[in-house]
Amino acid sequence: MDLLEYQGKQLFARHGVPVPSGMPARTVDEAVAVADQIGYPCVIKAQVQIGGRGKAGGIKLAKNQREARAHAEAILGMDIRGLTVHEVWVEGASEIASEYYASVIFDRSAKAPLVMLSTMGGMDIEAVAEENPAAIARLHVDPLLGFQDFHGRRLAYEAAVDADVVRPVGALLTKLYRVFVDEEATLVEVNPMVITPEREVKALDAKVTLDDNALFRHPENAGLRDISGEDAQERMAKERGLIYVKLDGDIGVLGNGAGLVMSTLDVVAQAGGTPANFLDAGGGSKAEAITSAVEVILSNPKVRAVLFNIFGGITRCDEVARGLIEAFAQINPEVPFVVRLDGTNDQEGRRLLAEANLPNVHTESTMDGAARRVVELAAAR
Amino acid sequence: MSILVDNDTKLCVSGITGREGTFHSLRNRAYGTQVVAGVTPGKGGQDVEGIPVFNTFHEAVDATGTNTAMIFVPERFAADSILEAEDAGIPLIIAITEGIPAHDELRVYNILKKNGRSRLIGPNCPGILSPGKANVGIIPAAFFSEGNVGVVSRSGTLTYQIGNVLAQSGFGNSTIVGIGGDPVPGTDFIDVIGLFERDPETELIVMCGEIGGDAEERAAEFIAANVTKPVVAYIAGFTAPPGKTMGHAGAIVSGTRGTAAAKAEMLESKGVRVGRTPTGVAEAAVSLLGDARPASSLA
Repeated sequence: MDLLEYQGKQLFARHGVPVPSGMPARTVDEAVAVADQIGYPCVIKAQVQIGGRGKAGGIKLAKNQREARAHAEAILGMDIRGLTVHEVWVEGASEIASEYYASVIFDRSAKAPLVMLSTMGGMDIEAVAEENPAAIARLHVDPLLGFQDFHGRRLAYEAAVDADVVRPVGALLTKLYRVFVDEEATLVEVNPMVITPEREVKALDAKVTLDDNALFRHPENAGLRDISGEDAQERMAKERGLIYVKLDGDIGVLGNGAGLVMSTLDVVAQAGGTPANFLDAGGGSKAEAITSAVEVILSNPKVRAVLFNIFGGITRCDEVARGLIEAFAQINPEVPFVVRLDGTNDQEGRRLLAEANLPNVHTESTMDGAARRVVELAAAR
Repeated sequence: MSILVDNDTKLCVSGITGREGTFHSLRNRAYGTQVVAGVTPGKGGQDVEGIPVFNTFHEAVDATGTNTAMIFVPERFAADSILEAEDAGIPLIIAITEGIPAHDELRVYNILKKNGRSRLIGPNCPGILSPGKANVGIIPAAFFSEGNVGVVSRSGTLTYQIGNVLAQSGFGNSTIVGIGGDPVPGTDFIDVIGLFERDPETELIVMCGEIGGDAEERAAEFIAANVTKPVVAYIAGFTAPPGKTMGHAGAIVSGTRGTAAAKAEMLESKGVRVGRTPTGVAEAAVSLLGDARPASSLA
């Protein structure tokens, strides 16, 4: 789960990471009231989960109330790369002497947390990594040992931070590591981490990703999910406990098991089609789950044909067939379906489908054949 | 021969008294696996259709000499159960449980690595099947027969699909190992490929990967340096968009890293054949080992 900047900052504040004081606002009047309270100059920042907010005009400095109102009006409702701004964060403007970069990343490859520090903050860190990799100090931390003070000093000296801030920068890294561990994050990133003219170290931005699988241990974080950025179909699928990812094409896809569904998307693409979604109905799917999945797939108006690719292990093909028959009884789809059933109880599943004689449902015996058929049917509509 | 599980496997199942745990333990036993014990705290002294249940792994080891653990408990108890099995000295631990928190996986991985006495397969995996010998986990054994192709995979049902097209070309399997779709698998492709390289029964290795991480890239390097047997790879997720998790917690393309195209290219550059579809994997196997079907079925 990706947090909005201000949610990340509130998390930081709980762990003693210095952040500028601020407040969120959802309307122009609220934003102006908050700005008055914080005092001028202040910064009004669009809260959307996407980079490049500044360039898009989503971050503005307000020197007085008139500017605060004008900026809030411009930013609330603004579209930033496809996401609508529903919320702004208003915070006191910070004076900046230097901009650094700091992060703690869950490094799958090394199977250890990776802590990074650079004095080249405030810009795209991927570009820095590409052009000047030596400018980023990196250190893997043994998760059984944890982040020690010496780790902070090593990173600070290696990154060549200003000598007078070695200690506070190290202290801030220690706190970011605590956020990473205590909140069970997979990413904690601060860009920029600023040094003020008074030589204070502050997190001016916050990018935090929390592990969804760990939310049961963090009930206080479970409410942070930002649903405004979620697609309507994806939200509907989530509410029904289905794993669904919306894609750009017109062929709805349902399968059982993530790997098989990914593979099915690829085979559809190789047959010349473009998938409209990824939908993993999961292991052991019962008929109701299949019916529900059909509704989710068809709620996307772009879908012109649907492919079911099932290889039954725990999943029983007869249950899948029953679910599809029930879906036809309930919603009577207008688009053609191609169904490939293999594995546990496949003969029974195919028999049920043949008996039901559903309009516009075509059975195929192989994955490749089914993909070709569904592409033809979608193209014919 | 086979790898990891065979006739000598003596399995103890954590969570054997749960619905899924009971179902799959009995299925594994029906296949011929020696299921010697179960563990459920508070239910020690009971039995599941004749399989004795113990309160702790330590008791199960003392009483039955179990040498393999299968973890079937819910995600919030799974890390503890793996660590208990390791503490009891069980050398092979197979974790089926899905949805274990990433930081738990990280801790478990590093503790097992540090102590160096147990191998973890999974979590979030379908288990291990050595056809004709033992089945530990949820792989539907009926689709597989004994043979010379070793399969290692990050995905369950995709493995069945590929196993099925291989079977249609007449190939059986030495062992099928599901390493799981999570970000921190206890065992990686390279570990299993190394075991297949040393297994005399295995003549061809099929590696079934997917987007996310760099396990396939590291496997490519390993194969080039250490493997003499032919390897055929498959990568799922060519059409996956960046930034979206495709079902498995580990299956996500971040930026330009972890894409299927990059993985396939890396594997091919190291001399590994990459099938573009599951059917393509079977075709590559046929071209490397010859058609294994009896002549009568080719008409």
